[in-house]
Amino acid sequence: MLTLRFRHTAKGRLSGKTDKAIIGVVASGNLEVLLERVLAGAACEVVIATPLRGYDATWKAVVAEFVERSSPGGLRISINDGGARPDTVYLRLMQGCALMEAE
Amino acid sequence: MEDAATGGQASWFQATARQRVAGLLDPNSFTEFVGPSERVQSPHLDLFDLPSAFDDGVVIGRGKLDGMDVLVAAQEGQFMGGTFAEVSGAKMVGLVRAARDHKDLPQIVLLLLDSGGVRLQEANAGELAVAELMRAIVEARSAGVAVIALVGGKSGAFGGAGLTAATCSRVVVSAHGRIGVSGPEVIETNKGVEEFDAADKALVWSTDGGKNRRLIGGADAFAEDSMEGFRAAAKALLAKPPAFDLKTMQAEQERLTARQKRLGGCDDAISMWRILGIKDPEAIRDMDSKDFAALANGIKEANHDAR
Repeated sequence: MLTLRFRHTAKGRLSGKTDKAIIGVVASGNLEVLLERVLAGAACEVVIATPLRGYDATWKAVVAEFVERSSPGGLRISINDGGARPDTVYLRLMQGCALMEAE
Repeated sequence: MEDAATGGQASWFQATARQRVAGLLDPNSFTEFVGPSERVQSPHLDLFDLPSAFDDGVVIGRGKLDGMDVLVAAQEGQFMGGTFAEVSGAKMVGLVRAARDHKDLPQIVLLLLDSGGVRLQEANAGELAVAELMRAIVEARSAGVAVIALVGGKSGAFGGAGLTAATCSRVVVSAHGRIGVSGPEVIETNKGVEEFDAADKALVWSTDGGKNRRLIGGADAFAEDSMEGFRAAAKALLAKPPAFDLKTMQAEQERLTARQKRLGGCDDAISMWRILGIKDPEAIRDMDSKDFAALANGIKEANHDAR
């Protein structure tokens, strides 16, 4: 297993008050994303556990794009990957943010 | 959670364990125990270079079903086939034991089974978990707890999950649900394709599938494949759980003996259904849930006061 860790400073804190949420399932081509509002300020950390090696640059690009677009400041995001494609990863990250923003 | 996946008409078969819990229970009534942020994960999968899940594929907690307090455990059939392992098994065992020991907890346990059996990477722990769970269910039932199995997920209820279902007070199944001990592939591998052709879906579902299980008394209620379908079936069964006593056990033994005598010589499900008095057994496969549930309610074999 490979662990990847990305730290970003988002444009601002994510709105909403939900303190944690989980979306997705660890299955073939899928992943689970656990979001926790535990960081100070606009900090955002994404930690990925994946069985697949050699995709570091792809993960880095997807996470950077996600942070840029949705401004998930304050979140620690933990991922268990089952070999998901980048579009699925991006979708789950956005779904997770929507859950955290929900009233 | 998103409404489309947890609303009354959402498919139980397609849903994840979390969506089933949300769709089955009253809105916002669920409190999870040992949730994903506690990260109680499998200590073994990493050794095999396999990803683990934050909840090890089992969601446990308490909530309300139509206002009644219930405990719930749901297996995630999409993660490692919903398998029993060290953590996933301990969560279910702990929940049932808690109901057994603490009268201030809900005295109803709903087990949303969706499992191929024991996780082979943690086989010893998984086998022990199944044994402990069955014992815990029997002890909880002796203490007056009702334990209801709900089966309608992609992995069915095979191996230890099939055994677990058999120890419950009542069993609900949908057409997509399958209940058995040895799964189709296992039978084919060990006994040959002449014995059981695992690629023949019609054969597999007519044998292990929910309709057959309901007709021959392996399940006490037939649910439509939806959140509302399982909700309604579970609610109806909770009204009258059987006592767990010598009388019930004797009735169950008599029922199984009679079933063996009556149906034991059959080669397939359709010939069993014919013996049960169903006029057009070939039509069962395509019958919709409502018509089928009504037909099953009129079959003597399917409706007994045992278990």
